[in-house]
Amino acid sequence: MFQFINTLLIGITAGSIYSLMAIAIVLVWRSTRVINFAQGGLALASSFVGAAVLEKTGSFWVSLPIAMIAGAIFSAAIEFFFLRPLLKRSGEKEQEIFLPIIATLGLLGIIKTVLNFIYGDRIGVITPPLSDKGFVISGESIALSPMRLLILGTVVVLMVVLTLIFQRTNLGLSLRASSFAPEISRLAGVRVDLIRTVGWAISGAAGATAGILQTTNGSGSISPESFEFSLLLVFGFVAAVIGGIESLVGAVLGGLTLGIILSIILMYVGGSLVFFAAFLILILVLLLRPQGIIGAKGGRRA
Amino acid sequence: MSAALLHAKGVSISFGGLKALQDVHLELRPNEVVGVIGPNGAGKTTLFNAICGLVTPDSGTLELNGKDRAWPRTDELVDLGISRTLQGVGLFPELTVLENVMVGAQRLAKTGLISAALGSNKKDEEILRDKAMRALDRVYAGTLANRRADTLAYPDTKRVAIARALVSEPKILMLDEPAGGLGPQDIEWMNNLIRNLTATMSVLIVEHHMDVVMTVCDRLYVLNFGEVISSGDAEKVRRDPAVIAAYLGTGVA
Repeated sequence: MFQFINTLLIGITAGSIYSLMAIAIVLVWRSTRVINFAQGGLALASSFVGAAVLEKTGSFWVSLPIAMIAGAIFSAAIEFFFLRPLLKRSGEKEQEIFLPIIATLGLLGIIKTVLNFIYGDRIGVITPPLSDKGFVISGESIALSPMRLLILGTVVVLMVVLTLIFQRTNLGLSLRASSFAPEISRLAGVRVDLIRTVGWAISGAAGATAGILQTTNGSGSISPESFEFSLLLVFGFVAAVIGGIESLVGAVLGGLTLGIILSIILMYVGGSLVFFAAFLILILVLLLRPQGIIGAKGGRRA
Repeated sequence: MSAALLHAKGVSISFGGLKALQDVHLELRPNEVVGVIGPNGAGKTTLFNAICGLVTPDSGTLELNGKDRAWPRTDELVDLGISRTLQGVGLFPELTVLENVMVGAQRLAKTGLISAALGSNKKDEEILRDKAMRALDRVYAGTLANRRADTLAYPDTKRVAIARALVSEPKILMLDEPAGGLGPQDIEWMNNLIRNLTATMSVLIVEHHMDVVMTVCDRLYVLNFGEVISSGDAEKVRRDPAVIAAYLGTGVA
C-alpha cells in the first residue's frame, strides 16, 4: 500500500511538471495554431539562464523568476521575429499549417546548437533549494519531500494565476477571442498580433518553469544535449494531446494522468518501457480520441 | 451639405481575371443611412471588405473626415471610429454574450497589457463591463448577457453582433445584411434600431432585402458586376431603368 501511494505521489509530482510543459504547448497552439517543437529548446535555454543566475546569486528564489522572464522573452522573440513573418507569408492558409511546425523543429536544432556552442561540455547545475528527503510517516519515508511540495505548490500557483488571467481579465478575454477567430477579433478592435506575442511569452514562462522544476526533480544538472528535456518535450506534448490540445484544464489533467500512468509502469513493469508507453498512449489517443480524453466537450475552454 | 465622413474614390479590385469592383465611388455623410444594394456577386461585400482592410484595392483612395489616408488595416478600424458586423454574424460561440460584447470594447481599456494581465485595474474592467451591458440594453438583449453565444436563437445573435459593434462607440457602423434570415417582426425591429442609431452615427448597409433598404436608407448605391449603375435617394433609384433591368435580369426582386 505504501508503495502504491508513493508511486502515485511520484507520478503526480512528475505529472504536474508535464502539465506545465503541456500548458506551454497549448498556449502557443491556441494563440497561433502552431505546435511549437522548439519549446523543449526554449525550456532548456531558460534553464541555463536560471542555472547561471543561481551560480551568481546562490538563490533559487531569484533564479526561478529570472528564468521565467528569460523564457518569456525568448519565446516572444521567436514569435515576433520568426513565426510572425512566416505566418504572414503563408497567408495563414490551413493547408500550409505544417510550414511553421516544421520551422519550429528547425528552431529546436538551432537553439541546441547555439547552447552547444556556448556551453560545450559544461553543464548547468540547479540544486534543489529545499530538502529532497521524504517526510517520515509512522517510521516509513514517503515520496513526498519539501522539494516535491514546492514543485506541486509552484505548479498549483501558476495554474491559479493562469486561470484567473484567462477567465477574469481583459487580456484573457482578448487571448480567448483571438484564438477563436483572429480576423473577427481584429474587426472588433483586438490587437491580435500583440496578443499572440503575449500568448507566446506566457507560454515561454510556463516552459521555463517546467524546465527548472524538471531539473530539480531529476538529475539536478542540464547539458545542451539533455535527454531529460527531450523527454519533457515529448511528455508535455503527449499530455497536451490527452487533454485535447485546446484546453488548459485538459493540459493539467493530461499531465497528471500521464505522470501517474508512467510512474505505475516504472514501478510495476519496468523503466525500459516508460518511453514506449508514452508513445503508445500518444498514438492510441490520436487514433481513438483525437479530440482528447478530457478536453472533449466544449473544446476550446480556458 | 456637410462634408463626408467617409469617401471612397475610384475603387477597383480584381481577383485573378475577375473584376470585382471597377471605379466605385461611395460617400457617407454624418448621421445618414446609406445602402449598398445589387444582385448576388455584384461586389457589395468586396466593397465592405476593402473599407475594412480585409482586401487591398488595386487602385482608389480613401478619405476619412475630409482627409486622404491609406486603406486601413483591420485592427485600426475601431480606432478610426468604424465598426462592422459580418454576414455570418461571427460571434465567439463559447464565450458568453457579455464577453462577446466586451471583446469589442477592448480598445476602450485604459490600462496597458501588463496591468491587464495582473488584473490590477478592476475599475477599468468594471467600466468595460458597464459599457458592454449598455450596448446590450440598447439592442434589448440585456437579459441574454450571461448566456453562452452558441445557445442563442438566430435573431438574437444578430442583436448581439450589433451590440458588439456598438460598444466601441463608432462614428460609422457597417452592417452586412442586418435583415438576412430575419422574420417580418425582427426586420421591423431592426429598421427602427437602425433609424435610431443615426442620432449618434452614420450607418452603411449591405442588404438584399429591398423592403429594409427602401425603409431605412437615406441614399442608395446600386452595384452590378462591380460597377455603380445608379445612386441617389430611394425613390429615384427604385425608378431607375438600369436598376430594374439589373434586378430583373438576375431574377432577384
